[in-house]
Amino acid sequence: MASIFTHEFNTPIYKGKTSFNTGLYIDGKFVDGSDKTTIDIINPATGKVITKVAEATPKDVDIAVAAAHKAFDTTWGLNAGGAERSRLLGKLARLMEEHQQELAAIEALDNGKTFTWAMDVDTTFAIDTIRYYAGWADKIHGQVQETDERKLSYTRHEPIGVVGQIIPWNFPLLMMSWKLGPALATGNCVILKPSEFTPLTAIRMCALVHEAGFPPGTVNLLTGYGNTVGSAISSHMKIDKVAFTGSTLVGRKIMEAAAKTNLKDITLELGGKSPNIIFDDADVDQAVNWAAHGIYWNHGQACSAGSRIFVQSGIYDEFLEKFTEKSRSLKVGDPFALDSFQGPQVSKAQYDRIMGYIQSGKDQGATVHLGGDRNGTEGYYINPTIFTDTTPDMKIVQEEIFGPVGVVIKFEDDEDVIRQANDTVFGLASAVFSQNITRALTTAHRLKAGTAWVNCVNQLHANVPFGGFKQSGIGRELGEYALHNYTAVKSVQVNLGHVM
Amino acid sequence: MAHTVKIPVPALNKEITVSTGLFINNEFVPSVDSSEVIQCFNPATEEIIASVVAGSSKDIDVAVAAARKAFKTSWGKNVTGWERSRLINKLADLIERDAQELAELETLNNGKPVAIARDFDIGDSIQCLRYYAGWADKITGQTIEVDNISKMAFTRHEPIGVCGQIIPWNYPINMWAWKVAPALAVGCTIVMKPSELTPLTALKLSELVIEAGFPPGVINTVPSLGSVGGAALSAHPDVDKIAFTGSTLTGRKIMEAAAKSNLKKVSLELGGKSPQLIFESADLQQAAAWSALGICYNTGQDCTAGSRIYVQDTVYDKFIDVLVSTVKETVIGNGFDQKTGGGPLVSKAQFDRVWGYIDAGKAEGAKVVLGGERRNTKGFFVDPTIFTDVNSDMKIVKEEIFGPVLSIGRFKTEEEAVALANNTTYGLGAGLHSTDASQCMRVSGLLEAGTVWVNSYNLLSNNVPFGGKKQSGIGRELGSYALEEYTSVKAVHWNIGEKLQWPL
Repeated sequence: MASIFTHEFNTPIYKGKTSFNTGLYIDGKFVDGSDKTTIDIINPATGKVITKVAEATPKDVDIAVAAAHKAFDTTWGLNAGGAERSRLLGKLARLMEEHQQELAAIEALDNGKTFTWAMDVDTTFAIDTIRYYAGWADKIHGQVQETDERKLSYTRHEPIGVVGQIIPWNFPLLMMSWKLGPALATGNCVILKPSEFTPLTAIRMCALVHEAGFPPGTVNLLTGYGNTVGSAISSHMKIDKVAFTGSTLVGRKIMEAAAKTNLKDITLELGGKSPNIIFDDADVDQAVNWAAHGIYWNHGQACSAGSRIFVQSGIYDEFLEKFTEKSRSLKVGDPFALDSFQGPQVSKAQYDRIMGYIQSGKDQGATVHLGGDRNGTEGYYINPTIFTDTTPDMKIVQEEIFGPVGVVIKFEDDEDVIRQANDTVFGLASAVFSQNITRALTTAHRLKAGTAWVNCVNQLHANVPFGGFKQSGIGRELGEYALHNYTAVKSVQVNLGHVM
Repeated sequence: MAHTVKIPVPALNKEITVSTGLFINNEFVPSVDSSEVIQCFNPATEEIIASVVAGSSKDIDVAVAAARKAFKTSWGKNVTGWERSRLINKLADLIERDAQELAELETLNNGKPVAIARDFDIGDSIQCLRYYAGWADKITGQTIEVDNISKMAFTRHEPIGVCGQIIPWNYPINMWAWKVAPALAVGCTIVMKPSELTPLTALKLSELVIEAGFPPGVINTVPSLGSVGGAALSAHPDVDKIAFTGSTLTGRKIMEAAAKSNLKKVSLELGGKSPQLIFESADLQQAAAWSALGICYNTGQDCTAGSRIYVQDTVYDKFIDVLVSTVKETVIGNGFDQKTGGGPLVSKAQFDRVWGYIDAGKAEGAKVVLGGERRNTKGFFVDPTIFTDVNSDMKIVKEEIFGPVLSIGRFKTEEEAVALANNTTYGLGAGLHSTDASQCMRVSGLLEAGTVWVNSYNLLSNNVPFGGKKQSGIGRELGSYALEEYTSVKAVHWNIGEKLQWPL
């Protein structure tokens, strides 16, 4: 019998209460895991346990898959028309809006991002995303193709079936909305595994999904570990598709598991080492602000982080001075303090990893221009960090750090910087700063990345597609494009007069 | 300064309050230069229930100016798709909240049964608004590959601008929703002229426009006579587009006025004389049910009314029997009576018009197999009337009657059936009933109509386009297609590498 987590928020920025069942959510019910084991959820601001939640096992994956297939064959899939799917998603968005502050507070508590960011970006964008896909649900069009007058030839864009979705810990609720929105809009049933570090908002969402009236089995939530539940989902013979956001390392495992089992369709949103190119004719003050947003947003825990900042020599000194000043001014502190900009990193493991990269930067001879150390003595806080004097082969230049650590690289030549920017196995995002539109657009068009930001960084919208080139991923999320990830095209050719 | 009227609803022992001024810039105002009023009737009782301000052509000028200002400042490109989506959804929620009262007002002024007004007219209208709210943040252009060196080419799908919308009296609320939803979704502003016969629900909906939070001037409502307000909108030099639903006769005038003024864009949903074909393999019981719907729904006051039916010889007698006994079950009565399936005709003029056609049918020698008798009571009630033994030259076969009057003919072959069906200047709807799939495919391909119903009739969906071929109209409403009627495509060629020499 799954337990209830109750928490009173009594903080400078938010006062409120939350209380919800922390079980798995399968077939419309909150339940314990099959082995009755639990996972401790840690508050990264203090290192202390917030609560336990039920842990799923591969056996629970089987149970959830069976429930999902039953729903798909009876109450969901094509048994629920687009208008009904639209109505339920619209209801879910309204419920999220009613509980927005509560969701933001839980997110800040569990992930460490500030309550302000959780309100202004995470929860707001999540609501917009669900609402955006509610609008697509009754607009899933196929085509009619002209052949001849004795045949009716058309396509149906059918839901794939039961889809597995594995989401990361950096934007827990937002990533859940990016996954649920298009999958449910097109009629699929979902088995969702949140990160074992940050499952709380996902669990809370399931109560809202239930209240909105989604039939049992359409959305199932299994909190568990990657190498148990994640692996079981990727290799399940009865899951028709898996969508994953996380590290490139794990992405490979998922694709391999899919290949070895039922060749399930996969989409992957993986890591990045995105370049931010600032030409000497950029608006330097604006470039400084955007560059800061590019690397410090979400404490650097963003797949699209502009972590390699290329600055042309003509403005290098001016940029570095202003960028350092800006970085220094960012307030690191408790997520629920009134003026905090940056909270702790999400976990001890991540903290150690980032500090490991910082150490490697020092070891390999780069200059710590700013920061490079812990903030405070409790919780996983790291100060905004800038490295300079790097060489391309250094680990901090090649590998994804996923922390508030920016590498600033001086360059001379347009051609050379484009080559350097593209010299990576990643290809998620990129940014270009220049007031010369021709220079900006031609550079943007040559960067091998799924998103090219011109005179901005890290801007996302529900209706604009997002995804990676190269080893940053397969497929696109958001926009109309995401619908393709969750529909299977069937061509129907009806003979109405040809005689064989 | 809002002048309101309280309209009594005797059947329900209540009153409904309606603002009677012109709705411009989110306010109800008097006419700037006229003291004319429009009297609104209850067609079941023939009594006047309210008077509203009749807009003059100067009032149209004021409304157009308000719509233009809003388009330049708070709407058009100044509002995001997400905000448009939010507001249209809010409006839908408010209509849902007030559905019962709106239905009662619709029944008072139009005559249709309350339950049908609420569950179908208003229910569909709410879904229509929500459907287009969902499009508002999905208006995309294209990027187009030219040569990847010299230029970046792309299209913007921009709102056309200020739209005049003129709607009829047969589905006042539903026609209002069909017009405002796509226009608002893409960012246009509106001057709406509801029918002078049924302006009351448009005025009531205008109150909800304020409550939903639309900026002033985005939607304006000017009840007015067609020859005054309608003509002024069609000829107005600052209206970018006119959308009209009504008679083909009036549609011509609107298109002419547009041509003579500023070549404003025109979309028209006009009349019909829609045929249904009953083939010998059809399920006759079902075909009779759909045929009854086709001519009796809304008491025949429907642009797609299935007003001509052609039956294959081999099943003719049987079908007539089934059809007559099915249509006989239709109850025409007061809209507040729960037994009523169809209300009165909307006005004395329509009542006289329909009776003129029934009399002409008799005079031209067609045979009455059902109805055709006047009631001697108050109210513009006409009972379903079926003529057989018709020929293609008869007025009742050629002209749109807009009442529950059906003409039935016969045919031998499929070719003959299609020829009879297409023998009309109209092309709005058509139905065919057959269980031979190849025949269904052939015939649906050959019928000259904007909507073809196979083994059904009349029922529409908000996401499926609707409109006419031939003289039944220009353009399409509903579905994604309606967005195109309110969108203006701009192609942008952005030079990113071409240096020009002159002379070339």
